[in-house]
Amino acid sequence: MAEITYRDAVARGIAQEMARDPDVVFLGEDVAKAGGVFKATVGLYEQFGPLRVRDTPISEQAILGAAMGAAMTGLKPIAEIMFSDFFAVCFDYIANEFPKSRYMSNGQTKCPLVVRTGNGAGSRFGAQHSQSVENWCMMIPGLKVVAPSTPLDVIGLLAAAVRDPDPVIFLEHKSLYATKGEVPDGEILDTLGTAKIVRPGKDCTIVALALMVSRALAAAETLKNEHGIDAEVIDVRSLVPLDTRTILASVAKTNRLFTVEENPRLCGWGAEIVSIVADEAFYDLDGPPVRITTPHIPLPAADLLEDIVLPTPERIVDTVRRSLGS
Amino acid sequence: MSTQKDRAPVAAGSGLNDDIGEQKRLDLYRSQVRLREAEQRAFDLFLQNLVKGTSHLSLGQEAIASGFAEAMVKGDLSFCTYRGHAHTLARGVPVEKVLGELMQRDNGLMRGKGGSMHLTSEEHGVMGSYAIIGAHLPIACGAAWRAQYKGDKDVSVCFFGDGTTNIGAFHEALNFAAVWKLPVIFVCENNLYMEYTPIGDVTAVQHPAADRASAYGLERIVIDGNDADEVYRTAQKAYAKARAGEGPSLIEAMTYRHSGHSRADPAKYRPEGELEKWKERDPIKIYRERLKQFGVSDETIDAIHADVMKEVDDATEACKAAPNPPLDILTTDVYADGGWAWRN
Ligand SMILES: Cc1ncc(C[n+]2csc(CCOP(=O)(O)OP(=O)(O)O)c2C)c(N)n1
Ligand SMILES: [Mg+2]
Repeated sequence: MAEITYRDAVARGIAQEMARDPDVVFLGEDVAKAGGVFKATVGLYEQFGPLRVRDTPISEQAILGAAMGAAMTGLKPIAEIMFSDFFAVCFDYIANEFPKSRYMSNGQTKCPLVVRTGNGAGSRFGAQHSQSVENWCMMIPGLKVVAPSTPLDVIGLLAAAVRDPDPVIFLEHKSLYATKGEVPDGEILDTLGTAKIVRPGKDCTIVALALMVSRALAAAETLKNEHGIDAEVIDVRSLVPLDTRTILASVAKTNRLFTVEENPRLCGWGAEIVSIVADEAFYDLDGPPVRITTPHIPLPAADLLEDIVLPTPERIVDTVRRSLGS
Repeated sequence: MSTQKDRAPVAAGSGLNDDIGEQKRLDLYRSQVRLREAEQRAFDLFLQNLVKGTSHLSLGQEAIASGFAEAMVKGDLSFCTYRGHAHTLARGVPVEKVLGELMQRDNGLMRGKGGSMHLTSEEHGVMGSYAIIGAHLPIACGAAWRAQYKGDKDVSVCFFGDGTTNIGAFHEALNFAAVWKLPVIFVCENNLYMEYTPIGDVTAVQHPAADRASAYGLERIVIDGNDADEVYRTAQKAYAKARAGEGPSLIEAMTYRHSGHSRADPAKYRPEGELEKWKERDPIKIYRERLKQFGVSDETIDAIHADVMKEVDDATEACKAAPNPPLDILTTDVYADGGWAWRN
């Protein structure tokens, strides 16, 4: 057991998989000799050498296209896109190529790859380096979409993503890189498509993802200590596949649903979860499901402004309290 | 038109270059005729409303597909565009499979799930046809990277049009391939037009691919894409270079499409006489004359045509008789487990 950062967990997860399987290769901008702009891949170049850990030109299409061609023909590439906002310049691969080649070819073409990327706000980088783009990916049939919230989940879910035969978008939260958590020694392997109840409770269900998980947990503490509300917090972890059973079972128990989403409001992943719960657990609900999101605006850079727009523990506490009428 | 400097030597006296050999020449001819007749049939079927959706023919451009395919060995990989019927057929995919997909029948190459723009037959080395301009150039780089990394000897080739040289992925892929010295060949089929706009109207250089080669440290290569021998020789050199670990090649093959861009495009945007001029340089006509110069008999040539017509006729009948795809394939192969489940 050791306490490591989320950032170091990324390197450890990649190293674990590269050591296990010589077909796992890694490419991206500044990832090899420099160890990544977020220093999340330090040491991999030294450990696995220049043939397996490769610096690329600033060519997001070439990075993802090359990853796909390598995946189609036998490798298991991990590609890094430095900031998830840059998905917009290589979205063809994410939206058209990775997820559709298997279907269009009637099952001939495989695409076992992982795209890792720095996602989310909190760094005061402004509207083009701070977005939460999980919804851009979730809406595309054929992709899998994962977003871990702890160092342990980073390793286990990254390992699962690398071993998965489908294209997986792996969203690392930039504001979590410096956070720490306990991880056991030895191999760590998790399962995609499993949500985790990170705090059991009986009065309401709060579903969160990535950075929002710790905020939901902080809110749950306040709700309990100051307002006597016992919230259950679920870390979704994987948007596709989506573990609806865990969420539906929780709502059946608590009878209230809240989602906490960092993404702008429209078409956020929480809307999908609310819709599933409305369809399938309507009579379990004692009140309307409520979405807590960033408002539908581009993200501002200034710290004060950015802090106001992202869901905070205070906003979560407030919303839950008002909804529960306490 | 400038051509490659170092042509193969010409046989003394005959005025003919005999480096290719009779069997390969017959193969090159058979291949071109097969592509021509299969695509001509596809057009006829389209007029009969039996080819649905879209289709992009390579009529007039066959020498490029045949010249390259005949220079490949088993295991070499082809990445094509929506204008990919010819390249798919040239790798040996049965005509029935291609026409079946164009007719969106259950006997099609992908049982109608892909359509004419996405022909794929991995068992033949056809690693997909890509309908987003430029997308497959980086993908071909990735396949070549795998070969380089694993020490495999196969080479990846991607075919694309003149218009594709103006999209970012083209430039990203060329730089990437050059820097990583990948065993990949980029073949620009310059048919002078993008969809409807002449390439010269929208491109800063005269030769949209070759004039960019120097930017990536590559040799400038422009060839006559209507001469299958010239294509074949150029391809052989590029394959040898790639297999020797000497990196990518960028080849611009000058050609012309006899039909419109797609479907029933009448191609009214072309100046009068241009098509007729290029039809005089029809690659199949050129090659038939070449065979005769080499002393190949009319009977041999006619027999090739008869064989091809039989395959095309049989394929047509089989496709007309084939059922539509069954509904149960709608939700198969979205994910690797064979299904489409996104939740539990
Ligand atoms: C990214 C993108 N932009 C535009 C199109 C529409 N489009 C399809 S074919 C084509 C022309 C391509 O011209 P060229 O590369 O010369 O190939 P050709 O069709 O002549 O073989 C265009 C613009 C597309 N499919 N993808
Ligand atoms: Mg063109």
